[in-house]
Amino acid sequence: MHEIVLRKTAVIIEDIFHEGGPAAATPLLRGAICAVIKNPFAGAYVEDILAFMDDLKPLGHTMAARLVEALGGDPSRIEGFGKGAIVGEAGELEHGALWHVPGGYAMRESLGDAKAIVASTKKVGGPGARLDVPITHINASYVRSHFDSFEIGIPDAPRAHEMLVALVMTTGPRIHARVGGLAAADIKGNDGLR
Amino acid sequence: MPAEIRKIITVVEETHIEGERGVTPPARRAAAVAVIRNPFAGRYEEDLSALIEIGESLGHVLAQRAVAALGIAGADVESFGKAAAVGADGELEHAAAILHPKLGAPFRKVLGKGAALIPSSKKRGGLGVALDIPLGHKDAAFVRSHFDGMEVRVADAPRAHEIVVALAISATGRPHPRIGGLQKTQIIGEDGLR
Repeated sequence: MHEIVLRKTAVIIEDIFHEGGPAAATPLLRGAICAVIKNPFAGAYVEDILAFMDDLKPLGHTMAARLVEALGGDPSRIEGFGKGAIVGEAGELEHGALWHVPGGYAMRESLGDAKAIVASTKKVGGPGARLDVPITHINASYVRSHFDSFEIGIPDAPRAHEMLVALVMTTGPRIHARVGGLAAADIKGNDGLR
Repeated sequence: MPAEIRKIITVVEETHIEGERGVTPPARRAAAVAVIRNPFAGRYEEDLSALIEIGESLGHVLAQRAVAALGIAGADVESFGKAAAVGADGELEHAAAILHPKLGAPFRKVLGKGAALIPSSKKRGGLGVALDIPLGHKDAAFVRSHFDGMEVRVADAPRAHEIVVALAISATGRPHPRIGGLQKTQIIGEDGLR
């Protein structure tokens, strides 16, 4: 078991009123929570890293709960989600992949029974690296109006021996969504796709 | 003229570890950022009073947002700062009109006090440009432990005809301050300097 050594967190919330078109009756909220933690595997190749996924679960839960709270506190308002990781230069991309299970599981659990896969991305990067975290609908990945992304990053992270893990949530479609495709109102909701 | 706000972003940072040593309680700071339309983009306007009024309204709105994001009483805020980035078709003087004549009074009102000059910075830039918002103690500019800066950026702003306006506040000074100078316990708080 590896201890989670947390150096800092950042919560970023955007209230979007319009993007040149008519102002929406309800502004779109998009939010991210980032946590900067020590990468226990930095600096050497470690074959067996799987157990760290379990170690990360409590952090995932705390982050998901804080993000829901920062977006107004009502989990039923959350319609889109995504997750990502930036691994510091002494680490491996594979270390970022450890975030898939604890991040996705925590977010799904905090939102009731979200059915869709949590869209994700990851990279290795230096302090201040930016990551475009993909966003899709929480119950049906094909809902076109909810395809979105949110750029995250922290100026002083990740350092070489750290990794930055992030969760992203939104309260609705893109502010002026109008390119057709599967609508949220038409979700069947059985397979997480449509 | 009311500000035509496209989006508002809040960022909350919590630092738990700095220099391999725990920070107890964590150092916390927040920024509130508005992306607004620049009514004078692309032309020379002699009278900037519309932007001065916008600065006054944003001083109130953004200060409230930042304090709410930090989750503390306005009176418990220890340091403050402000900054603006003008899009490509605007003038630095447009940032000055927002920041300097009238923004400070409503900002200080939300914080209860604030005898010190509000440290500021401004620049012109493209989308995603980083703003380094200077921070200083709100009642005594010489408090050395509170000299700081917070970097914020908005991935999709400022567009050429927009201005990004940001306020930053902190509930604490730097983590582990140890370079001497005036201490916050020694503040007289009358002249804004000491």
